Amino acid sequence: MLDINRRILPGFGLSLGYTLLYMNLLVLIPIAVLAIKASQLSWSEFSAAVFNERAIAAYQLTMGASFLAALVNLVIGLLIAWVLVRYRFPGKQIFDALVDLPFALPTAVAGLVYSSLYVKKGWLGQFLVPLGFQGAYSRTAVVLVLIFVSFPFVVRTVQPVIEDLDADMEEAAACLGANRLQTFTRVILPTITPALITGFALAFARAIGEYGSVVFVSGNMPYKTEIAPVLVVSNLEAFQYKQAAAVAVALLVLSFSALVAINVLERWARRKHV
Amino acid sequence: MSDQAVRAGTKSRRGAEDPAIVRWTLIFLAFLAMIILVVIPLANVFYEAFAKGVGTYWDNLYNDPDTLSAILMTLKVAPAAVLLNVVFGFAAAWTIARFRFQGRTLLTSLIDLPFAVSPVVAGLLFVLLFGLQGLFGQWLRDEGIRIIFTWPGLVLATTFVTFPIVARELIPLMEATGSDEEVAAVSLGARWWSLLWRVTLPNIKWGILYGVILCNARAMGEFGAVAVVSGRITGQTDTMPLRVEKLFQEYNLPGAFAVASVLTLLALITLVLKGTLEWRTRREIAEAARLRTARSEA
Repeated sequence: MLDINRRILPGFGLSLGYTLLYMNLLVLIPIAVLAIKASQLSWSEFSAAVFNERAIAAYQLTMGASFLAALVNLVIGLLIAWVLVRYRFPGKQIFDALVDLPFALPTAVAGLVYSSLYVKKGWLGQFLVPLGFQGAYSRTAVVLVLIFVSFPFVVRTVQPVIEDLDADMEEAAACLGANRLQTFTRVILPTITPALITGFALAFARAIGEYGSVVFVSGNMPYKTEIAPVLVVSNLEAFQYKQAAAVAVALLVLSFSALVAINVLERWARRKHV
Repeated sequence: MSDQAVRAGTKSRRGAEDPAIVRWTLIFLAFLAMIILVVIPLANVFYEAFAKGVGTYWDNLYNDPDTLSAILMTLKVAPAAVLLNVVFGFAAAWTIARFRFQGRTLLTSLIDLPFAVSPVVAGLLFVLLFGLQGLFGQWLRDEGIRIIFTWPGLVLATTFVTFPIVARELIPLMEATGSDEEVAAVSLGARWWSLLWRVTLPNIKWGILYGVILCNARAMGEFGAVAVVSGRITGQTDTMPLRVEKLFQEYNLPGAFAVASVLTLLALITLVLKGTLEWRTRREIAEAARLRTARSEA
């Protein structure tokens, strides 16, 4: 049927041409220029820009904080998705809608609020700071705000899978003598694992690139609370365009390889259980 | 909710039900997480914005010329980016959902590419192209055209960051609606404009609106990409999120929270519209399914 479309429906050439032109001008050519710019550096200049101690500390913080945030979201996201699908409670619809708030809220606002909540006089900081929990201008602050920013991903990928779970399977497990915990770990968890991994991957990838919220809460101290995207900006502000491009290429490679790795993992998990 | 989930929630499915204590513990924990993560920050924005009274709040927004210019800049940049991406999104969806051609899968996955690029890197891309040191920098300067540090640069960076959003909504939607009605219209002699206005667009209008809302929210809130290309010239190239940061750095917290409260309000409106549209499309799909079964039974 779709082969006939090309003879019947108008505009194939025009829309394909426009799509390709727009995509090339806005996305592909700029990325190619970035690669060219970075390749103008010699190898030693490149590695000096990308692998110096300050940069490596920044990558470590970016990857570590993003990983931790995604891990926390894995637990909270599964909890919230489960509660939203399986239980009835008052205010459920508002609860459901609020899950998407981090997607709709500008990251600068998230950063601003999180920087004021966890300081000594803040709403949460007044209880937490005396306990030794420094939730502002620290590495913890970076993790906290990344949790917020990437929070909806796991909920939204796992929720539809829990909705489609076959209750007969759980019944059967119960009839065969499994208790509820066993049913959960042996029957339910394996089915939703691929969705959990997808959600984790999306949250992780989002956190790696995040900039707006983190600059507010971290304090941006080199070697301590500086994240990798900040390096790009500080190179730019020093008019070191090629160095900025080199760090940007490193960042792109990091987030692409994270995505590819998790894609492979996801496919493996899916094959194992279908 | 699907049938199974509904059945799982009823009393007859005891094997698929959690004990009451587990149920209430989990609900409690979910509420706790939600309150700490989302509700408290939300309340805090408005509390801090109004901490010095409504008069100060209004002064911070309306009587600060730099804040006002940032608001106007956002109102200029976001619609431009949305418009560009809606046109692209429709062209891409028409190409991908209506025709089969070589490289179709590749094209589909390339559309998602900007989501994998850090916003700061996105901004850098355009500085490298159009900045003074950039590829076209010298030429643009000779021609007297400025892109970086002016609003066209902001539009470019914002468009890049929000590039996939509309297309990603429209492609699955147009695949679901199918081409039968369009093929019928053309067979009956419809020209392309009446095909577009009378058949294709009416079928996807809610999808387009949905994409516009999501795209607009992201465009108004974008920070990293515009921070890089704007040069952060106070009163000239600041958008609302950039203004929030500047006020924050000047220790003018009530001012920063006042601007932030407007952005938060926009986010809440976005959520309400999004919820309404999702409810509406779900009802339309259910209605269509009901009609289909009625027809097949008859």
